[in-house]
Amino acid sequence: MNLDINVVDKESVAVVALAGEIDAFTAPKLKEALLPLTKQAGNIVEVNLENVSYMDSTGLGVFVSALKSTKENNSELKLVQLQDRVLRLFEITGLTDIINIDSTVRGGS
Amino acid sequence: MSTLNLDLSNYRDLLKQYIRTQDETALYQAEQFSKLSMQQNISPEEIINVHIQALQDLYPDLPEGIESSMNFLLEAMISYGLAYQEFQSLREKQLALKSEISVAANMQQTLLTTVKPEVEGLDIGAISVPANQMNGDYHHFVQNNQNTLGIAIADVIGKGIPAALAMSMIKYSMDSFPENRMDPCTILESLNRVVERNVDPSMFITMFYGLYKPETSKFYYSSAGHEPGFYYNAREDKFEEIEARGIVLGVTRDTEYQQYEKTIHPEDMIILLTDGVTECRQGDRFIESEEVLDVIKTYMHLPAQQLVDQVYKHFERLQDFHLRDDFTLIILRKQV
Repeated sequence: MNLDINVVDKESVAVVALAGEIDAFTAPKLKEALLPLTKQAGNIVEVNLENVSYMDSTGLGVFVSALKSTKENNSELKLVQLQDRVLRLFEITGLTDIINIDSTVRGGS
Repeated sequence: MSTLNLDLSNYRDLLKQYIRTQDETALYQAEQFSKLSMQQNISPEEIINVHIQALQDLYPDLPEGIESSMNFLLEAMISYGLAYQEFQSLREKQLALKSEISVAANMQQTLLTTVKPEVEGLDIGAISVPANQMNGDYHHFVQNNQNTLGIAIADVIGKGIPAALAMSMIKYSMDSFPENRMDPCTILESLNRVVERNVDPSMFITMFYGLYKPETSKFYYSSAGHEPGFYYNAREDKFEEIEARGIVLGVTRDTEYQQYEKTIHPEDMIILLTDGVTECRQGDRFIESEEVLDVIKTYMHLPAQQLVDQVYKHFERLQDFHLRDDFTLIILRKQV
């Protein structure tokens, strides 16, 4: 399984649309795409997970380091449209308390 | 039949024999010749060179064009020879790495070994199987003087060697905690500080810590973002999720963890696991947690150790004996 990463980097808002699976194999690629965006001060990085059907804990690791980077660089991270299975992972790990997650619109079919 | 020699006369004789008779044995010998050449690190262009000389011996009047074409072929083979040499040296390096990793894995095994304790009135089963050589899951039993039993079950996010090293760090921190500060919430709070200070930002650890006091039959527990376990209520013959909220270790400083407690009755079970159990896949399909419980139910009549072994075997079979993730399952059952 693969992960497609589509970045639209407009002024002060970067929308990162992901499709596929985030696991130990695809996580490095995601990290490479995501971290530079969080390093621009004032940037809002919005990650759309609507088409992510599976994520394992390595994926959580990427979002945690992205979050830490936003704190250091004065930018913002926001996750939107998570599928239930992926959202559950953020809930179990307590990360919903520290990551801005908009789960009002769910992803998936 | 003479033994095969890697020399020109031998090759020439073989070639001659084959050209005359089209005999299969000569072909077979040619195959043996090439295998032997590989063992002796003889490059493909050297074999072609031998072939050219043999041809010249056999056919002194070889048309010039053929001879030139053979030299051409020889040049064309040089890169293959180099690639093969490189392959050989990589293979040697890989063997060396493999043996280093297995030394590390053995070391980890020795360091992290935990003895399943004998606690009166408690039947305990535990299994932990790594997906790869090194285990990113960790479980540990702590039995102290007051006859209480502490159980830690953890999963390092991030796999392989870095995860294993982080586990060793956790284990040694836990060993250094004083016995009178073994409350689950206190332990998680201390470990959180250790992990937060020491680990790189993309790595963190989920952990569930439980403490059982036999004299009151109370189970105290806290969770740092760990996959929820299950509680089996024997009187109602029902499973329920062990709810415990808390953020994973190593992400925020000075986190406080909530502590919960539960009274355990005879025949009740506490089931602790890692996400290697609940994230099992059958083909493209995920196993739902009800299915995990169904499997546990099937083998529930067995003693705890046999029960966890059977559940593991079930999921191993289901995934064609190829684990995607480390698998750890611990079951405690209060005896009558």
